[in-house]
Amino acid sequence: MHLTQSTVGRKILMAVTGLLLVGFITMHLLGNLSVFAGPDGINAYAEHLKSLGPLVWVFRLIMLALFAVHVTFGIKLSMENRAATPVNYSIKKRMKTTFSSESMLYTGLIILAFLIYHLLHFTVQITNPEISAAKLPLDAAMRPDVFSMVVLSFQKVFIALVYIVGMIALFLHLTHGLSSFVQTFGWNNGPSHDKVTLGGKLVAVVFLLAYVAIPVLILARFVNI
Amino acid sequence: MDLTLHVWRQSGPKDKGQLETYPAKGVSPDMSFLEMLDEVNEGLIKSGKQPIVFDHDCREGICGMCSQVINGRPHGGQERTTVCQLHMRSFNDGDEIFIEPWRARAFPIVKDLIVDRSALESIMQAGGYTSCHTGGVPDGNAHPIGKPVADYAMDAAECIGCGACVAGCPNSSAMLFTSAKVAQLAVLPQGKIEAKARVKNMTDSLQEQGFGNCTNHLECEASCPKGISVKFIAKLNREYMKTIGC
Repeated sequence: MHLTQSTVGRKILMAVTGLLLVGFITMHLLGNLSVFAGPDGINAYAEHLKSLGPLVWVFRLIMLALFAVHVTFGIKLSMENRAATPVNYSIKKRMKTTFSSESMLYTGLIILAFLIYHLLHFTVQITNPEISAAKLPLDAAMRPDVFSMVVLSFQKVFIALVYIVGMIALFLHLTHGLSSFVQTFGWNNGPSHDKVTLGGKLVAVVFLLAYVAIPVLILARFVNI
Repeated sequence: MDLTLHVWRQSGPKDKGQLETYPAKGVSPDMSFLEMLDEVNEGLIKSGKQPIVFDHDCREGICGMCSQVINGRPHGGQERTTVCQLHMRSFNDGDEIFIEPWRARAFPIVKDLIVDRSALESIMQAGGYTSCHTGGVPDGNAHPIGKPVADYAMDAAECIGCGACVAGCPNSSAMLFTSAKVAQLAVLPQGKIEAKARVKNMTDSLQEQGFGNCTNHLECEASCPKGISVKFIAKLNREYMKTIGC
């Protein structure tokens, strides 16, 4: 398989998996925003997802595969790139690259750590069992009360902060990724490059604001049970 | 003007090397950077010291030999300027100037500021050519090539193979160099025949030589003394996709 060994092939794999993961976070965001519609929003959404049964597991396995490829190659490529520059310059000025481009490995690892916490928190529900949907009473329509779980969680400063930090890391990661994939797919014709980069950054800002709004507005008690 | 130079001195490939400080006094603003170094070397030789060893050839900005990172920027960072075309008028009296060689695993240091850039030649040998029939000179217009295509190929062919893209890249990737060669040949009729094998072989060679992977930092474009655009890397990526059936 040339694709998994070639320098360009692996770059394309990073871009394709990255883009599919952006597709996932778009869907996930739209679902999450239903928390602002109250228990009838997010609880109905959660119940609908559960009703899909085995499809949920098919979807989870696909996500796991995408993540595995993206993370494995991301770390491998970063290590190769370090090895390619064994001695650093005494002085090196940054000319065009950005903080977000240079910190892709670190923001990626923060997102990975965040993701593990996020799954333990809301999916496996073992980090704060006392406010998990599994332990809380069912809502008025006899559905698991995801809404209360989310609201009670983000009313805790520590949990809200973890999510905010995770989303800032995601924002930095997307700032590079969302403009970089266009170049990787070969869609940059020169003059379009700066516009595409700006577009990517703007989309990353939209993701940041929309995702961070959930813990921030709950922490600020704009959303209550 | 009087300057203070901090120059990387390394007696050979095995030596650890370190920065050493030299004064450069009475430098004329009309001197080129290399002429300034020539003067400093004259002084060093007169005082019985080893002169600073650096690469240079044409001193016209076209040979790609002068490979120095000046104050953290390949070729000093002036737009579309090689070290030999960088003039001392860009500096001020009293400036401290740091001079280092290209740093990359694929470019081992030979001595002081000279690095071995044979790795770029190896990439060329892997596919930077066209196989064509020998014999009489072809007729002038036997292969009609449109003006936009000719211009595009010429823009890519501006690359002088100096290695500044590698020196500037945080990953020490030679992707801009490789892409300029791939793109130049891929758009011309003579190069189309071997296009698929070329992009594969040249990028594989890039890896084998110990260069890093391109992650779109764009430092290469900013470092290039010939203004080679990263659009050629996009072109290389498209050419690669053709080899995997996309």
